[in-house]
Amino acid sequence: MKTKAKLIASTIAGLMAATIAQADTELTVYTAVEAEDLARYAETFNAHHPDIKINWVRDSTGVVTAKLLAERDNPQADVVWGLAATSLLLLKSEGMLEAYAPAGVEMLDPKFVDKGETPTWVGMDAWVASVCYNTVEAEKAGLTPPTSWKDLTDPMYKGHVIMPNPNSSGTGFLDVSSWLQMFGEDGGWEYMDALHENIARYTHSGSKPCKLAASGEIPIGVSFAFRGAKSKADGAPLEIIVPSEGVGWDMEATAIVAGTDDLEAAQKLVDFTVTKEAMEMYNTGYAVVAMPGVAKPVEHFPEGLLEAMIANDFEFAANNRASILKEWQSRYDGKSEPKG
Amino acid sequence: MSAVADNPNTLLGGADLTEATTEARPYLSIEGLWKAFGDFIALKDISLDIQEGEFVCFLGPSGCGKTTLLRAIAGLDLQTKGTTTQAGKDISSLPPSSRDFGIVFQSYALFPNLTIKKNIAFGLENTGRSKSEVEARVSELLELVGLTDQGSKYPAQLSGGQQQRIALARAIATSPGLLLLDEPLSALDARVRVRLRHEIKELQRKLGVTTVMVTHDQEEALSMADRIVVMNHGVIEQVGYPTEVYRDPATLFVADFIGEMNQIPAISGLSGQVQIGAADMICRPHDFGEGTSVVAAIRPEDVIPHGDGIRTTGADDVIITPENAFEVTVDEMEFLGSFWRCCLGSERFSNSELIADFSINAVRRLELAENKKLTIELPKDRLMVFAPGVG
Amino acid sequence: MAEISSTLPDGPTIKGRLSQDDIIMRFGMVMIAVYLVATMVLPMWTMLSKSFSTYHFDLAGYELQVSDDDGAFDGTILTPAALNTELGVVEPDDLTAGSDSRMGLTQFFPDFSFRSPVMYRVRNTSDTGRFLVGSELKTGTDWLELDSNTFRRVQMRPVKSTGLGNFVNYFSTPALFNSIKNSLFIAVISTVITVSLAFWFAYGLNRSCMRYKGFFRLVAMAPILVPSLLPGIALVYLFGNQGMLKELLFGASIYGPIGIVIGSVFFTFPHAFIIISTALAISDARLYEAAVSLRSTPWRTFWTVTIPGARYGLISAAFVVFNLVITDFGLPKVIGGQFNVLAVDIYKQVIGQQNFEMGAVVSVVLVVPAILAFAIDRMVQSKQVALLSARSVPYQPAPNRKTDNIFLVYSIAVATFILGILVICQYAALIKFWPYDLSFSLRNYEFDRMDGGGWGSYFNSIQLAFLTAIIGTCVIFFGAYLVEKSNGFKTGRALFQMFAMLPMAIPGMVLGLAYIFFFNNPDNPLNFVYGTMAILVICTVTHFYTVSHLTAVTALKQMDREFESVAASLKQPTLKLFRRVTVPVCMPAILDISIYLFVNAMTTVSAVVFLYSPTTTLASIAVLNMDDAGDIAPAAAMGMMIFYTNAGARIIHLILTRKLLGRTQAWRAR
Repeated sequence: MKTKAKLIASTIAGLMAATIAQADTELTVYTAVEAEDLARYAETFNAHHPDIKINWVRDSTGVVTAKLLAERDNPQADVVWGLAATSLLLLKSEGMLEAYAPAGVEMLDPKFVDKGETPTWVGMDAWVASVCYNTVEAEKAGLTPPTSWKDLTDPMYKGHVIMPNPNSSGTGFLDVSSWLQMFGEDGGWEYMDALHENIARYTHSGSKPCKLAASGEIPIGVSFAFRGAKSKADGAPLEIIVPSEGVGWDMEATAIVAGTDDLEAAQKLVDFTVTKEAMEMYNTGYAVVAMPGVAKPVEHFPEGLLEAMIANDFEFAANNRASILKEWQSRYDGKSEPKG
Repeated sequence: MSAVADNPNTLLGGADLTEATTEARPYLSIEGLWKAFGDFIALKDISLDIQEGEFVCFLGPSGCGKTTLLRAIAGLDLQTKGTTTQAGKDISSLPPSSRDFGIVFQSYALFPNLTIKKNIAFGLENTGRSKSEVEARVSELLELVGLTDQGSKYPAQLSGGQQQRIALARAIATSPGLLLLDEPLSALDARVRVRLRHEIKELQRKLGVTTVMVTHDQEEALSMADRIVVMNHGVIEQVGYPTEVYRDPATLFVADFIGEMNQIPAISGLSGQVQIGAADMICRPHDFGEGTSVVAAIRPEDVIPHGDGIRTTGADDVIITPENAFEVTVDEMEFLGSFWRCCLGSERFSNSELIADFSINAVRRLELAENKKLTIELPKDRLMVFAPGVG
Repeated sequence: MAEISSTLPDGPTIKGRLSQDDIIMRFGMVMIAVYLVATMVLPMWTMLSKSFSTYHFDLAGYELQVSDDDGAFDGTILTPAALNTELGVVEPDDLTAGSDSRMGLTQFFPDFSFRSPVMYRVRNTSDTGRFLVGSELKTGTDWLELDSNTFRRVQMRPVKSTGLGNFVNYFSTPALFNSIKNSLFIAVISTVITVSLAFWFAYGLNRSCMRYKGFFRLVAMAPILVPSLLPGIALVYLFGNQGMLKELLFGASIYGPIGIVIGSVFFTFPHAFIIISTALAISDARLYEAAVSLRSTPWRTFWTVTIPGARYGLISAAFVVFNLVITDFGLPKVIGGQFNVLAVDIYKQVIGQQNFEMGAVVSVVLVVPAILAFAIDRMVQSKQVALLSARSVPYQPAPNRKTDNIFLVYSIAVATFILGILVICQYAALIKFWPYDLSFSLRNYEFDRMDGGGWGSYFNSIQLAFLTAIIGTCVIFFGAYLVEKSNGFKTGRALFQMFAMLPMAIPGMVLGLAYIFFFNNPDNPLNFVYGTMAILVICTVTHFYTVSHLTAVTALKQMDREFESVAASLKQPTLKLFRRVTVPVCMPAILDISIYLFVNAMTTVSAVVFLYSPTTTLASIAVLNMDDAGDIAPAAAMGMMIFYTNAGARIIHLILTRKLLGRTQAWRAR
């Protein structure tokens, strides 16, 4: 009987402990940064601020964005570290971000800093769309490597292309938004109509198409360069293709969520995210970082990527996001199976 | 009260009976008790007094409300209206745990995972008794029910009769003022049942505990009870000593339910007279008035056979005709061991058959056989008249 | 005898005084009822009302002024609503919006040019109005003066309202509407296949004398121990573009209905098997003897005796499978490709787009077939009980070499299918880099490098499973005891029974979504549990309440009804009886409930997918998220960790049951 009582008591204690809020020096940080980098980021940060513990909430860009928007009345996050600038613009337009100019913000490329009087977000690095091309599987299927976005609409690639769903994936959205900007609104949709014919399926996350290409599940995955470089480093028979028309890109950026319980700790974190050390940390995977002169070439990164980055209109992307996604969904989502 | 002399239970219950007749304050008193289940009224205006130390049986067919009444007394299913008083205390609205009774159910409800000893000890725990006191009491009870050596077994390892006695021991362990038995014997086979009747009755006498037993078995009620409460359709039809309800049933229902009873449609005459078919008979006094449709009733064993001797002596012009005597034909005979059951037919009975139980001696003496004629007498103090019942 | 009226006399009705026990029992029942209301009824209600919450652009909510070319305003106030009546640029339908929709104002000015020197003033007419200038949110009713280039960047924001708009929107979106068809399609196909397969498997085990029955029974139950999405992962390795058996599909894609159906058959098989097996086990041997004596052919006997005897089992199994398939989301998520189903729609709407209102609408749509299937199943089950209570003689199969061998081969095939799926997952988990580097490695077990919360998720899951099993068993069994054994309080008990049956009809996704609405509301005093382990425990207990409750009730019904009366007459507290008699006697059922809750807590995805937080990530969710991120092998590895944990728990449960039966149930032995 006694042991049973103890068991119940400890169970209740466990529950209580689970419900009690975390200690003061913990920050809930929402991020879309690749999972395998998070530990490294936190470690580097903690080398400077061992008293602040980071609790990561990681998901696809779209999910983190939507999650933040959904929690607008009851925000759970303290800081957003590593989310698409397009998304942060959306959050800004909801009045959800705390304006803050981190120490050393003047060292950053102005392109990477919010235009507001006091910036509400500061950039970290840029991530750039690319096409992951599995040479082994492509050869088996008798494909030749595409060189441009338009090439991908060639019937040869029918059922051999996977891209992320822009509704959930930031990469997917930057692809769509870049096509609309490059080809014009009508041209963009026409292009996607044609591309849709070749798409095997749309994935939830932006890295999955490249991972699927790496594992040979599909020859061509529309993804981003960073992911492709990593898979290539893991030994996948990948070629990372930069389409000739230019590639969409977005920057990863950092912001403080308005109403955070611990503004001081949040500011410390944001201060850290714009230091040179942080920039070098981003540089392990990203060829373009916010602080000029820091970036070193990244292994396996495709050449000519920087030159191919389009002049991205973030405000267009942010303000038209809802209508673009609605249109996209009604055109391509839920088609029972790609024809063929 | 002549009934007492004939009471087979006199030896056992006589003392209680005299006590019952004295005007002592009843131990348990029920007044104006009603019980409704939604629209269905299960008990209608029940009033009943039970004396201390009395053994009372609620007897009736299934659905008559006897168990409902028992459960109301226990507080398990509270009555809708009416009061119950136990030992001078109004217990009408008390929960079972605040009342003073022990109960034995048809299923015995022994705790299957506890040994016999622990079953009996269950009610003795947390009552301020020391461990050794509890043990002593348990042994005492086991001895009382004659199962001393079974204490460490589990209920499932005992026979039905043994389980029944354990349930009884458990119920009386705390010496309750009232013992309630809900069809305690009906799950047992016939032989065990008869033996247990005596054991329970004896135990009850030894302990002097006021006892209410519910049963649908008239034999059980007649043999065990000091008084019987006959119930039907939620009302008490009659309360009386076993001999009383047998000899002097208050209603046709009681007459029919307890023992065998011939029922013959008849027309009432003046008090003490009834017309059956074409024959006028003398019967017990009644107050139906002339010309009412009634039922004449007589128990098979009360029919007296006279053979045909009465008629032949009539050759001397002196015809000795007992009252209520007439000639019948033996249509069928059935040997039932200790007596013969005869089916008698007569025109005077307007074709209804009369059942009569004749002793073996009488049959031999009168040389009765099927299709033989004989004269029978319906003793006037045994011929009863009732209002026709519903069934 | 006095004439007795047959109507109740006037006067007060006797009101029973409550004993201390009654008060405790009622208090307990009210507590558990409150628990069910707070964890199920209110969240579901909140969700329903959410589905009617819509957004629209309120054109009358803004006022505008336009200057002349010199920037002078003449004071004329315009509203977009008035301009729209005049110009008709926006259709009423276009005013329906999502929570983050935007609409520019320039379209109401046909001759607008961002180069013109005209100035604009704009303001909200009420304090709740909102508009954007670029990305700056503007509230309040002060006039804001803008040049035409900035005015171009003004965007109206929608306001909240109530109505059927979401439903109209849903049914007019062909993609979403299509999902209903798809869901029904795969549910029906999967049901037919699973029930047929399970029937013959159960038939072989119950009606033949084939060997290794114990082994097959064990194998048939294995799928219960893994998350429903695990077969999806195995199918990728088997039939994906790099699959080992890809050729078997003759070019068809596993990503879509084929994959969903195969996976559904896998994970619903044990459920169908148990039900059908029970139905076959209780069939009456006397009917077969009669059939033999009438010289009926085996085929005819099968159709006239076997099938009718098992029909309730078959119908019940069919509805259970149907319900499982239509409400499952893990599997179609993993293997469904572009084949959208309702459950995945909810996930996409909620997780992908955080369009909670639309998620709520899809939930309402999904609840309809689920409740229907549930209701029919309950009706059939009650008939099955009646059949059970009939006195029948158990059927003893006679050996028959030929049919026994056929059933053996068939059972081996089914077992191979089930074990094959599990073996493939384990194999894939150990391969270094499929399909290019087939050397073995434990790299895929380095969960901390992946999405999903790493090894922490695994231990969180174990914590959740234990907490759910312990707390859930206590609450559910005690609740069942109270409702089954307490006196009076009829309406309360009936209501409680209804509450206890409800969770079964509510798909996990819907429950999880309802929890977000209900618990993530800052005004809710229970808001503090949001994002904690507690909400996961609560949700899991509620999600699996019904089956556990029914198990408890069945066990309690077998207890003598009069135990409580006896205890009361002996003046012993009911809780003592509960402790000393009820719990020990029902121990097998209690253990069954706890293992059921444990296993389900380990494998559940649907309800908790909306509720986990960074500190409470779960293994089953990790499987989903790793697969989502393309880390399929680690997903398989984690899935197999769940399998081994559950198998281990099952074995411990078995040993524990044996031991306990030996100790506390000694009385069962004669």
